[in-house]
Amino acid sequence: MTATSLQIMTATINRCAFALLALIMLAACSEEGRQHAGDEALAAAEVDAPESRMRDHPETGEKLARRQVLVRGNASEPASLDPHLVEDTVGGAIVVDLFEGLTRSGPNGDTEPALARSWSSSDNNLTWTFRLREDGRWSDGTTVTAHDFVYGWRRAVDPEVGSNYAYYIESAGVENAAEIITGEKEPEALGVRAIDDFTFEVTLAQPITYLPDMTVHYTMFPAPREAIETHGPDWTKPGNMVSNGAYLLDTWHLGEKLVAARNPHYRENNRTIIDRVVYVPIESSSAELQRYASGELHMTSTVPVSQMVRLKKERPDELVMAPSIATYMYAFNVNRPPFDDVRVRRALTYAIDRNLIVNYITRGGQMPAFSLTPGYVSDFDFQQPEYGTWSQPERDEAARRELEKAGYTEDNPLEFELLYNTDESHKALAIVVSQMWKEKLGAKVTISNLEWKTFLSEKQAGNYEMARFGWKGDYNEASTFLTLLTTDSGNNDGGWGNVEYDQLLQDARSAEDPNPYYVQAEEILWQEFPVAPVYFNTTVALVSPVLKGYPENNPRNIIYSKDMYITAD
Amino acid sequence: MFSFIIRRLAVAVPTILALITVSFVLMHAAPGGPFTNERNVPEAVMENIEAKYNLDKPLWQQYFIYVGNVAQGDLGPSFRYKDFTVNELIESSFPRSAYIGAWSFLFVVVFGVGLGVLAALKQNRWPDYTVMTAAMTGVVFPNFVMAPLLVLLFAVTLRWLPAGGWEGGQVEYIVMPIIAMATSYIAQVARITRSSMIETLRSPYIRTARAKGIPRHKIVLRHALKPALIPVVSYLGPAFVGIITGSVIIDQVFSTGGIGQHFVNGAINRDYSLILGVTILVGMLTIVFNAVVDILYTWLDPRVRY
Repeated sequence: MTATSLQIMTATINRCAFALLALIMLAACSEEGRQHAGDEALAAAEVDAPESRMRDHPETGEKLARRQVLVRGNASEPASLDPHLVEDTVGGAIVVDLFEGLTRSGPNGDTEPALARSWSSSDNNLTWTFRLREDGRWSDGTTVTAHDFVYGWRRAVDPEVGSNYAYYIESAGVENAAEIITGEKEPEALGVRAIDDFTFEVTLAQPITYLPDMTVHYTMFPAPREAIETHGPDWTKPGNMVSNGAYLLDTWHLGEKLVAARNPHYRENNRTIIDRVVYVPIESSSAELQRYASGELHMTSTVPVSQMVRLKKERPDELVMAPSIATYMYAFNVNRPPFDDVRVRRALTYAIDRNLIVNYITRGGQMPAFSLTPGYVSDFDFQQPEYGTWSQPERDEAARRELEKAGYTEDNPLEFELLYNTDESHKALAIVVSQMWKEKLGAKVTISNLEWKTFLSEKQAGNYEMARFGWKGDYNEASTFLTLLTTDSGNNDGGWGNVEYDQLLQDARSAEDPNPYYVQAEEILWQEFPVAPVYFNTTVALVSPVLKGYPENNPRNIIYSKDMYITAD
Repeated sequence: MFSFIIRRLAVAVPTILALITVSFVLMHAAPGGPFTNERNVPEAVMENIEAKYNLDKPLWQQYFIYVGNVAQGDLGPSFRYKDFTVNELIESSFPRSAYIGAWSFLFVVVFGVGLGVLAALKQNRWPDYTVMTAAMTGVVFPNFVMAPLLVLLFAVTLRWLPAGGWEGGQVEYIVMPIIAMATSYIAQVARITRSSMIETLRSPYIRTARAKGIPRHKIVLRHALKPALIPVVSYLGPAFVGIITGSVIIDQVFSTGGIGQHFVNGAINRDYSLILGVTILVGMLTIVFNAVVDILYTWLDPRVRY
């Protein structure tokens, strides 16, 4: 069986199972309502856990549950738990509990100090000095020093480690990163050094103002040299792994659960309330919903779109819709007709009725997007493009005019193919959007879907006219979005390039306030339309009423288990 | 018999080799690779990653490296789950699927054959109609429908059983996976047993036995059952392999951590070594259990000799 037919098969299976489920759940869940919402999650959490050390929350005084075992739905299995090999959100979710970096993402997504007490830059932002706390401890009791950060950052770019995120260090502009990745220089040449045990210095080849924001990311975490050298590739196994976060790896069985236990050496261990964290990888969102409904999960990783309406009605207090720094869009291939004509790109971008999409299709609190960078990106001076302030009929009118100018008429309609990866929600959106273009502009749109990896390889090879495109920021700063569309960006598959745009982003790096450059760069996008933004995404999840401290306002959706606690009843 | 087993073993090696070759080529022919990612990594980084997994070598070289390693029992590192080797993944997940599968298989044999015989003996009367209606329902209720339904009923609504997990294979955790796994197989086996039994009961030697006045239960158990089971056993051999190698649906719905998930995920993720590893496993099991079926024939039908 080929992968494609497998994919189709699973998709069909999921759909069948789901349709049936939805029907029955409608009947069943409305009866049992919410009375079990407060139950302790038991079944999936059959782990040895001591009785909670605290009876009441030290600050709020709330009565705490006796068992502080947090059970989290976690979508799928991570590619790795090695902070320098993690490449997916599910892995990131676990790794930020196991490890701690220089900084962390605060409740509102702002960068806060973690292991770094403070930082400063000199030499026009070319040299950054991070002063570390002295009470950072690895789970074997040894002190976390600047040398561990040096070792970690070198690993991230070391060709032998083969990190997917090696480019992250490079894009931060760290000295010699590019040369190390290509093998021209040794990892030791990387522009990082430990001035003393608690002073970590980074030398950049190209200045940036937002290096501390970037250090929230696990690629810039420290690594336990001794454990890695002793166990080699097996160092991430339970028993071998040494970590410096609030938790340490206890057990891990692929496809069942991963259990993390409290790290007794963690510097703030006495403030941590959750004793054990259980991550359950459930790939099907409807199965995850069932697990939650049966009281076995405290929180889900997502919610099936088709259940949104029902859940809004039945579990309004449990449904969390957190803004996310992620944009959903359609990318044009500007190298091919008809999208080599900016008027066509503009017409199609105008004609999308975004309000209809967020209110009736996605339904998860998403925001209509007329520009690339979401407004809730930290310190970003968000401006709504002019066309975003028009009414939809005005936009439709302008779209028709543009398309007419481009020479498309009723007799000569615009024809193109819209490509997306096989998925129910992408399909729903593709159908609706193509229908809008058909009704308003008379465009003939063929929508086609491809299995994920096939889709990616076609898209990356530029074999498409228009393709679905989503992007979630790596760090909380506008450049994580804007650099997507620079000429040399690896993710700019549509072939659009603009010298002025590239220069603006280059200049923004060294500017004291990069915002004016970002605004100008966005303005270029509103005139050129390399992509058609559709909406700014949200993270939708169900959170049990007994679980407190879920970061509802963190647009990066970084959830630290140690910040949460479970209340009694 | 001994030479039969030797012959089978001799054929098994080229069969597995052919299986590896075809799977290897098909897997590599699929568009995209294990490291094709939404985030397009720079070429230099991709080269480093590919070099680490030998993907930078020509395909034929990769093939021989792989076959060489397999010959030594090394199925290589997983491309997707970088913290594990394929051997580790199979060693940890296969026993779970096999455990659920073994229980399911027991139910399949007991209930499938039992109900089939019952239906055949009461042909065209109410037990027959009941069993066959149930069997038809079972066939149209494959595990991807059965599994979520069971969870909904027993875990979400009634709250009698946990919705998922393994916990050392405790009874309450594996009841639903076993039922979901066994249902459609029981239905199939019941149908096959019934028709085969009806046919056997009509054969001349059974009529003779009846004419001799042998009690009915003796006729059924001693004379009719064994020959009637031949088609059932032919079906059960490959089915057994399917049952003990689990199902992606069961693994996904119940988080059992079985091997079934790796078949689908391996293909979707282009995890070349994982998908080849599980393919080899299924291939070997199929060869073994086909041989077992052939040996069982000699017991069921004295005319069969090797």
